[in-house]
Parts: sequence; structure tokens; C-alpha cells
Amino acid sequence: MSDVAIRVEGLGKEYRIGARAEKYKTFRDSLTGMIGAPVQRIRNLVRGQRLATDRDESFWALKDISFEVQRGEVVGIIGRNGAGKSTLLKILSRITEPTVGRAMIYGRVGALLEVGTGFHPELTGRENIYLNAAILGMKRYEIDRKFDEIVAFAEIDKFIDTAVKHYSSGMGLRLGFAVAAHLEPEILIVDEVLAVGDAAFQQKCLGKMSDVAGEGRTVLFVSHNMTAVSNLCTSTVLLQSGKLVMNGPTHDVINFYTSALRTQTSTELHDRQDRNGNGAARFTKITLKNAQHKETDAILCGESFDIELDYESMGKTSLTNVSVSVIITNSLGDNLVCLWDQASNGGSLNVNLSKQGTLVCHINSMQLMPGNYFLTLNMTQGKQSADKIEYAAILSVIDNDFFGSGKLPPAHTGNFLMPNSWSYLTNRE
Amino acid sequence: MTVTENYALVEEAKRNEQAAQTIIEPSRGWVPLNLRELWQYRELLYFLTWRDVKVRYKQTALGAMWAIIQPFMTMVVFSLFFGRLAQVPSDGIPYPIFSYAALVPWTFFANGMSASANSLVGSQNLIKKVYFPRLVIPISTVFSGIIDFALAFIVLMGLMLYYGIMPTANIIWLPLLLLLAFITSLGVGLWLSAMNVEFRDIRYMVPFLVQFWMFATPIAYPSSLIENPVLRAIYGINPMTGVTEGFRWALLGTDTAPGAIVLVSALAAVVLFVSGLYYFRRMEKSFADVV
Repeated sequence: MSDVAIRVEGLGKEYRIGARAEKYKTFRDSLTGMIGAPVQRIRNLVRGQRLATDRDESFWALKDISFEVQRGEVVGIIGRNGAGKSTLLKILSRITEPTVGRAMIYGRVGALLEVGTGFHPELTGRENIYLNAAILGMKRYEIDRKFDEIVAFAEIDKFIDTAVKHYSSGMGLRLGFAVAAHLEPEILIVDEVLAVGDAAFQQKCLGKMSDVAGEGRTVLFVSHNMTAVSNLCTSTVLLQSGKLVMNGPTHDVINFYTSALRTQTSTELHDRQDRNGNGAARFTKITLKNAQHKETDAILCGESFDIELDYESMGKTSLTNVSVSVIITNSLGDNLVCLWDQASNGGSLNVNLSKQGTLVCHINSMQLMPGNYFLTLNMTQGKQSADKIEYAAILSVIDNDFFGSGKLPPAHTGNFLMPNSWSYLTNRE
Repeated sequence: MTVTENYALVEEAKRNEQAAQTIIEPSRGWVPLNLRELWQYRELLYFLTWRDVKVRYKQTALGAMWAIIQPFMTMVVFSLFFGRLAQVPSDGIPYPIFSYAALVPWTFFANGMSASANSLVGSQNLIKKVYFPRLVIPISTVFSGIIDFALAFIVLMGLMLYYGIMPTANIIWLPLLLLLAFITSLGVGLWLSAMNVEFRDIRYMVPFLVQFWMFATPIAYPSSLIENPVLRAIYGINPMTGVTEGFRWALLGTDTAPGAIVLVSALAAVVLFVSGLYYFRRMEKSFADVV
């Protein structure tokens, strides 16, 4: 038997994103369209074709992906939202078919795209363990053998015969993960299911994951969390807009990824295409200003500064019920600080904005340790996201005499600086 | 389970694992049924059926009584309107038992068909997150109706006792007739469930279909109303004709010897079932993307 566990050759997946809105010219056209379309649909249906009319737009979620995973390797898959990570996992776990190319998998596969798939709220914990395990592909004798372990891992032994609908959400997640963690396939495919539950349980899950990795099984691990990827994975695949950009040792790929982010931030906001939201309004420019109101991209520790966001509304009218936030993340993608107008300016704000303008966030004191950080911009209108840009700008924090002592704590001892003072109380003798 | 059995199972599992090699490629056109894989997933089939049975009457006051109430009340209504008022003939058998003997397999068929038509859409969270042969879903849905059938069937036995009718020796054919109802129900269910993934119109269509089909099937009336034997055999193109007439023949001993009707029905059911399987398999690849 060869040592390859997964071989992917020229894999691609095309999605249709539905028909564009048609403009009927005359009433007659629209009438024939109304009658003609269902007839066409039924004809397609009977022929067993999907709704593929020439009006459909399509896009390639994945294109020309090739790579190999050796037996026993733990491989991470990273990339931004919409890079095609989930599509790749769905193809490899056979949930959906590729449009072109092929993949060969040597060994029994277990795929975990969600925790607690198929749980039925009316059934008890015990019953759901059997159901969920069967859905994930476990045999009955395997479930019988591992049942006690699963219950112990989930820490729900008292509630094992209670209907799952009475569980807290945390208990449900724990039970789901416990079942999944006891899958014993040769090849494990995991989506970001670890991003659930409380911190202690997440640690436990990560521990279980590294156990699995240590047992010499092949693991494919998709995540946003660079820390988890760099801890678990020996090599990593980087995807970007459906294409494989880099495949190599995890350390190199993550470095490349974070430096690629840096070049990305140099693109003018106005021209950025990789944004989410309904586009009712867009950020067009971001400016950092230091305490002297000079434009800069580097802020001193302890200094006050402003983040200025230019925006324009796409609609004809002004914007109502708007809320804005800026999230500061580190290069691994961990969120550090959220500057949210609703929180800092007070509760039930109903901000209305003119068609075009500038939003200014003033920060009294830079309390991050020196280093490079990224800004994610967010604008919502009502409950809908209007615009969201991840890694919109880089924020450099420069050494400065934060404490007035001429010293800062050494690098990598923390993320934040907090004003503090020490007293030395000695016992009287 | 004994130790040796267990050991044998583990060995079998090991063999399966060693042989496991999956090739993932785009499929074109008609796809082979791959019944072997379906067989490998028989435990999942069992668990999903078991779940449906367990959950079906949760949080209802009357519980499994519903399995009996449905056909029984229909029988009462039919007996009143068709039996009493319209004086519909019933092949010399008391009308209530005449209609109820047909309603029992009919209810199994109709419930199985409508439940399986909605089964894929109802299981979309599964379809989008886990791989398994999708055929498992509609099949388990129809399977789970067997329990309801069994309950209604017990009442049928009670009614026969009440009317003093002894089942004929032909009762040994009953399992085959039930299989015929199963295949028909699943056949239609396969077509409808696969279509329903893309066209939710199906959901609104099913109640009509059930209603029309019910009146097109000899439940409230006997097929002997059609006197020409050739025409009557052609009537068997509706597979449920063969099932309901077959049930009456096997249990109540009606003399409309259903030979030709059942044969035609069986043929029609097999066509429906096999074409349903292939259509389902063909559409299967797009389920996760479209549902």
C-alpha cells in the first residue's frame, strides 16, 4: 500500500448562483415568460437536468486544486472567508460532487463538519449518542464499546436519560463533540467545529485533537484560528479565492499568509473587492491620525489617536439606523479589541447618516503592546450587515515610554499594557 | 451478542477498512444504483427508522392511537356515506370491513408516500453535513410506517372477529401484497422527494395527489363494478388496485380473483420503483447544493 492517504488532482467546483432578475419588455413577453418558464422547468426536470438556463450565472468556488497528503500527516487548510475551504471539505467528505478533477482517498474517512449532526431534541442523550454515531458512520458494536467513554467525556452522566431538548446549549455541544471525538477513522476531516463551547471545553477538544494527531492518523483540519493550526498541523495548504496559493510547512505558509495580508492592506479600501455585506453603504477610505492629528500608520504606546472612516451610501437617500465597529486583531486572526459605537456611545442609538461622510473613532490611549495589528471594519444597518472588510488596514504600535519609566515588559509576555503601580509591603519584624 | 460473533464483526470491519479506497469524481448522466453501499449503511437505515418510530407520536395525547384513528374514522365516514346513503355494493361483505380491509394498506401507502416526499427537504441539515447514500432517507421513512400498519392491522383482525369472518388460506400472500404496497409507496416517494429538493411545489401537490389517488383506487367501491375482465386488469395499472383487491381477496375471500389485476399492478409497481431509484440516484449529486 502506498503512503499517500489523500490525492487530489485538478479538483474544481462550479456553483450556479441563480438567474439574474429578468427585465420583461412588454406585457406579452412577461406573460409568455410566466407560462414558458414552468414548462421549460418541467421539461428539464423530466430529463433529469438541473435548472440550467442560459440566464444562470456561475462561479468557481474551487479551481484546479491539486495536492497530496501522506499517511499520518496532519494538514491544515487556511484561507479567508469564501476562499473555498468548506467546499473542499464537502467534496472530500463526498457531501457534494466536484465539477471537474478527482480525488482519491485511501482509507476509512470520518468527516466532521458540524457538532451533533442529526441530534433529535425529543430523544434522550443515550438515544442521540447511538443515532449521531450511526450517522457519522460508526458501527453498533463500536458504539456499545465506547458508550461509557463518550458519556464520561461529555460530562453529562446524570442527564443521559433526559431528552436533549432540556439540555443547555453547552451540554448539547459537549455531547456532540464527545461522540465525534470517539470516531476512529483512518482519515479524519474536521471543519472549524472547535470554535464552540466554553474555553475549558475548547481546550479539552484541542487536546483530544492533538491526541488523535499523535496516534498517527491522517487529519485534514480547516480553521481560521492560526494558533490552533500552527499547534496541530505539520503542513498547511493556503487557499485564496478558490485557488491553491501555497502548500508547505505550516510555519512558512502562515508567515506567507500574514505577510500577504499586509500587502493586501495596502490596497485602497475603495478598490477592495473582498468585502461582505449587502453594499447599502461602503467604506471608501481609512485614515489613522496620531495625537497631533497627523496622518500616520504607526501609533505610539499610550498615545491618543483617531481612526477616520470615509464612507458613501449606495442608495439615493441617507442612511438610517446605522452602527459601526472596528475590530483590532493580531496577525493570527484572534480578535483583541472591539471599538463599537453602540457600546461606547450608549445603548439605544439610532444614528442617521448623510449620503457621504466621515466617521471618527477617538481612542484615548493606545494600550496594546508594540507590534503589528490589523483592523476589521464593520457597518450594519438595522440588523443587516452593510459592509464588512477584514484586514482593512494595518496598525503598527511603536515602543514608547508608556509607564514613564523608560521601560516596557519584554515582547511576547502579553498583548496589552495597563497602567499599574506596585507597593512593597514588608512585614514588621 | 456472543464473543465469537463480536469477533467476527470486528474482523469484517477490518477487512472493510483495508479495502476502503474512495474515488471522488464528477458523475455524468445515469448513475449505477450501488446497492452494495446501501447495504453497508444498513445500520444507519435501522437507526433512522427507529428514530422516526420513536419520535412520531412524542408529545401527542393519544400517541399511537392515531395509527388506528386515521383509517378507522375514514371507514366510519365511508360506511355512512357510501355504504348506507349511496348503497355502494361491497361484494357481499359487510361494508365497514370491506372498506377497512382496503384502508389499512392504503393508509400505509399514502402516509409513506407523503412522508417520504418531504423526507429529503426535512433532513437537509443531514444532507449538507454528512455523507451517506441518500436513498437511506426515503427508505427509512416508508419503513417506519410498518408499525402503524401493524397497529391498524390488529384492529382489522378484531373487526373480522366481530363480523365472524375467518381469513382464507390465501392469507399467506399478505406479506407479498404488503411488499407491493411498500414498493409502490417508495417508488412514488423517490420520484417526489428528489423533485421536491428543487421544486417545493411538490409539497403542495402531494395532498391533492393522495386525494385523487384514493378515489382512483377501489377502496370505497369494489373493482367488480368494472365488469369486463380485461378492462379490470388494465385498472391494475394503478398498483394500489392490486394491493387493496388483494387484501380483500386474501383476508375476506372476495371472489374477484385478483390474479390478473395483481400481476399488472406488480409490473406497474416495479416500473415505478426502479425508475424512481434511477431518477433519485441521478439527482442525488445536486441534493447538497440545491436543498
